[in-house]
Amino acid sequence: MASVPIDHGLIIAGILFALGLVGVLVRRNVLFMLLSIEIMLNAAGLAFVIAGARWAQADGQVMFLFILTMAAAEVSVGLALILQIYHHTKTLDADAFDEMRG
Amino acid sequence: MNVVFYIAAAVAVTATLLVITRTNAVHALLYLIVSLLSVALVFYTLGAPFVAALEVIVYAGAIMVLFLFAIMILNLGQEASEQERRWLQPAIWRGPAILATVLAIELVYLLVAAGGRLPSTGAVEPRQVGIALFGPYLLAVELASMLLLAGLVGAYHLGRRVKPQAQGGET
Repeated sequence: MASVPIDHGLIIAGILFALGLVGVLVRRNVLFMLLSIEIMLNAAGLAFVIAGARWAQADGQVMFLFILTMAAAEVSVGLALILQIYHHTKTLDADAFDEMRG
Repeated sequence: MNVVFYIAAAVAVTATLLVITRTNAVHALLYLIVSLLSVALVFYTLGAPFVAALEVIVYAGAIMVLFLFAIMILNLGQEASEQERRWLQPAIWRGPAILATVLAIELVYLLVAAGGRLPSTGAVEPRQVGIALFGPYLLAVELASMLLLAGLVGAYHLGRRVKPQAQGGET
């Protein structure tokens, strides 16, 4: 897009990605960690769309569609894992899952 | 068009900042939905209407509903009604409502003042995206469908309730 400089769009995407990264690092609740991973994936897709809009090509949007697909698959498996983990340990604290003995 | 982009980006950053600082999962989810909606508006101002629609439908719709279901399933029964009463207080939904109102004003502005037209230069139509998707990226589309199938099977397998005595080494 000509009217919005690509730098500003990429800065926004970088800020969103950094916020998601901080969320993953700071929060200990696995549900919030999954939410933060969604934020990071969304920011990466935003960067793709911005770059695609810069050169007026469809490839950026195609890449965003693939990121969307991957996010959907990842969330379904991740939430099923969280439910199963909660069923086993009765907590969502990520530090409580340090014993991978099944 | 520039002002709309910057306001939507500011709303996105604010809402995301509030997502990672909330202690209640449902509150964080509300802010995340607002953040995704504002990112959809950013997509629209960048000339990507197809992706903006998909962001609202798939991300803010389907994936967030998945999260909501998981939170509801995880929610424990005895304190649920008392928690529900606290959630209905205005202080809870005031923040997301304000941010969503900003987005709604921007949307109305886009529809009325700008006539609903896309930014003329550099807009990528859904038609071009579809042609690219089923032309050079056809193999990737097939791989994505297999990924979704794997996700479906994996979620079904993991989501089963395992009997306490029947659980083997597979889980």
